[in-house]
Amino acid sequence: MSDSLNTDLLNPVVNPVETFLRSDRIPHIWCPGCGIGTTVNSFARALIESKIDLGSLALVSGIGCTGRVAGYLKMDSFHTTHGRAIPFATGLKLANPKLNVVVYSGDGDLSAIGGNHLIHAARRNIDLKVICVNNLIYAMTGGQTAPTTPDHSVTSTNPYGVFEPSFNLPHLVEAAGAVYVARWTTFHVRQLSHAISEAFNKKGFSFIEVISPCPTLYQRRNKLGDGLDAMKYYKEKSRVRHGAPTSEVGMTMTGEIIVGKFVDRDRPDYQTMMRAQYAESLGDRFVEQPEMVCS
Amino acid sequence: MAKGRVSIVVERCKACGFCVEFCPSHVLALSSAFNSKGYHPPHVVHPEECSGCDLCGMYCPDFAICATKADPPRLPAKNADLAKAAKANEVTSAS
Amino acid sequence: MQADPQGVLTGMHFIDGDHACCEGALAAGSRFAAGYPITPSTEIVARFASRVPMVGGTFIQMEDELAASITLQGAVWGGAKAFTVTSGPGFSLMMEHIGYAAMTETPCVFVDVQRGGPSTGLPTLPAQADMMQARWGSHGDYEIIALCPNSPQECFDLTIKAFNLAEEFRAPVMFMMDEVVGHMTEKVVIPRADEIEVVPRKHTHESVEDYLPYETNGDQVPEMAHAGDGYNFHVTGLTHDERGYPNMTPQIQDQLVRRLQNKIRDAADRIAMFEEEQLEGADVVVVSYGITSRVAQRAIEAARKQGLRVGKLRLITAWPFPEKKIRELAANVKAFVVPELNLGQMVREVERGAAGKAKTFAVSHAGGGVHNPEDILKVIVEASRCQTA
Repeated sequence: MSDSLNTDLLNPVVNPVETFLRSDRIPHIWCPGCGIGTTVNSFARALIESKIDLGSLALVSGIGCTGRVAGYLKMDSFHTTHGRAIPFATGLKLANPKLNVVVYSGDGDLSAIGGNHLIHAARRNIDLKVICVNNLIYAMTGGQTAPTTPDHSVTSTNPYGVFEPSFNLPHLVEAAGAVYVARWTTFHVRQLSHAISEAFNKKGFSFIEVISPCPTLYQRRNKLGDGLDAMKYYKEKSRVRHGAPTSEVGMTMTGEIIVGKFVDRDRPDYQTMMRAQYAESLGDRFVEQPEMVCS
Repeated sequence: MAKGRVSIVVERCKACGFCVEFCPSHVLALSSAFNSKGYHPPHVVHPEECSGCDLCGMYCPDFAICATKADPPRLPAKNADLAKAAKANEVTSAS
Repeated sequence: MQADPQGVLTGMHFIDGDHACCEGALAAGSRFAAGYPITPSTEIVARFASRVPMVGGTFIQMEDELAASITLQGAVWGGAKAFTVTSGPGFSLMMEHIGYAAMTETPCVFVDVQRGGPSTGLPTLPAQADMMQARWGSHGDYEIIALCPNSPQECFDLTIKAFNLAEEFRAPVMFMMDEVVGHMTEKVVIPRADEIEVVPRKHTHESVEDYLPYETNGDQVPEMAHAGDGYNFHVTGLTHDERGYPNMTPQIQDQLVRRLQNKIRDAADRIAMFEEEQLEGADVVVVSYGITSRVAQRAIEAARKQGLRVGKLRLITAWPFPEKKIRELAANVKAFVVPELNLGQMVREVERGAAGKAKTFAVSHAGGGVHNPEDILKVIVEASRCQTA
């Protein structure tokens, strides 16, 4: 190992992600080969690329491995209860419409316990950017079946193999009303970053699913190798199909993974509709919500 | 003179192998050294091939590596902590 | 600080408790509510939904109580004073998030218009059987402030008080109404905005570099920041240190949870509100709250006409329970009589506070109606005949 420190320490070479990290909390708790950290890199790049006002950013996560993202990012971040990141984020956004609110959570958190909130926020078209890191399992609690766990997978609560059909999240969220729906994997670092940027520039409910390895539980229990093996699988078996009908993008354990931007449409967002309705019904009597300054 | 330059924060690495695998120029390999957690961090084996594309940095789930163009724009340390953190970690670089 | 006139419907009104509660919230400065319909509370948010677009604010009906109870907290961190309303079954669903509010020190108000239970119970009929749940309903150790109005006027006045206590202590406050108080129509006087005192958000004035979200500087209640203010703070339901970072050690747990408890307990005497009448020289003290206190009043007066020395202690704050008051009284009275629309909840606290120095008699009623004053009178008479403990 070279010990020649020829980096100018007064002006260190800074990884672009570093400015967004609570460096005092790194190294993080995610396993070797877990893809969550990789998604954070894409997220950081998107923040830079989209030139979003960082002071307006608020990040909300739920419970689970992905839920820990909130704790590692240096911004106004909220680690809420299991499944309820979306309604919390809704409250934040409605009270302060100037905020850019991101929900960063896992597949179990968002589609199982949080499933009801997911579909209603999509229906209402609340202006939220949802990054759903889908590692096909409940990782934090030791590898239980999630609604996204593919058929025949072995988990701790389906020790003989999952026999339930799994959710096709892009299809679910499109049907519920989301205006931007994309899926990438942690192999597609640049495409993911670009998708997040696009979501930032779009008003309404955006949903970006990222397929990510869980080496310790999903990969290991199903004899699929480690994180790197998962990444190689994503590289080999992903097919980019922008605009593919979401009904066709369901996943299996070792089959093709359809990725791309599936939905990009325009619908007025919740607050736009709310104000329009009040203005129409109340005319002059409608009073716009003031800045919520209560100090 | 290589177009790019890799910096590795050895103590953060968990040897997942993403950077080694996905570097388009095969600049990296896992070393035989250990960090304090017992992982083999990567090291630069073909420094002259580095283009500074920073795919390693984008793939790394542990924020333990990044690459910049050989004459990187010097970003000022945001605060004392960043400079301290850079000092505290073993930073190895290849040019 | 004075109330914002925009939300104050100054004047004389003839409205029910639910409607008065909504006006109290608006007068207190609340500009956000998230709700889910449940009898007999729905009118509160239905009124808020029709009022708030003309005052300036937001109401959203969420898809369930689980959402409503956390959406309001997101709004608080976005800068609003926020509340929700519910009844028994919804209150049960909200418990996790009441705990989250306690843990993250999110100031907010939860209104429970109590009805018959358990389970679906009696949706349109009164009970007071959520009193212990208000205190202990969520998991873990935390302290609760709970208020019990007994008239539509109090539904207005005490809702403002609830918001003020929430801001002062950075805690969720339970507003324990009951179906009768919620649906009874009486005169409600709403004063001018400059006559209403509201407590502002305890917003930090520290610099971004120095601010620590859960540092207390001796005062037990930390200063708050809102999302978008530039403080880059982290909030989590995990056990956390002053930086707000998860720190899951027994030492930090002890420190944090004791502070969450003590910030309210140490101020219990200051928070306690009750109505006292003829406690001096009383043989029997009737302890009651909510609608039952109005029925008890009839029984107390009848007992006094019979020559009995009966004092009245009406709990306006049910939690923290005014233990000190009960202990003091127990030294001088023969007995407490505690009528409640439940099978014995607050009476346990009275008994505990009395510590055997005075007898305690419950007058239970399973709910669905109010007591017959005769039934309370009977027990007052029995209590005054009992041997001194």
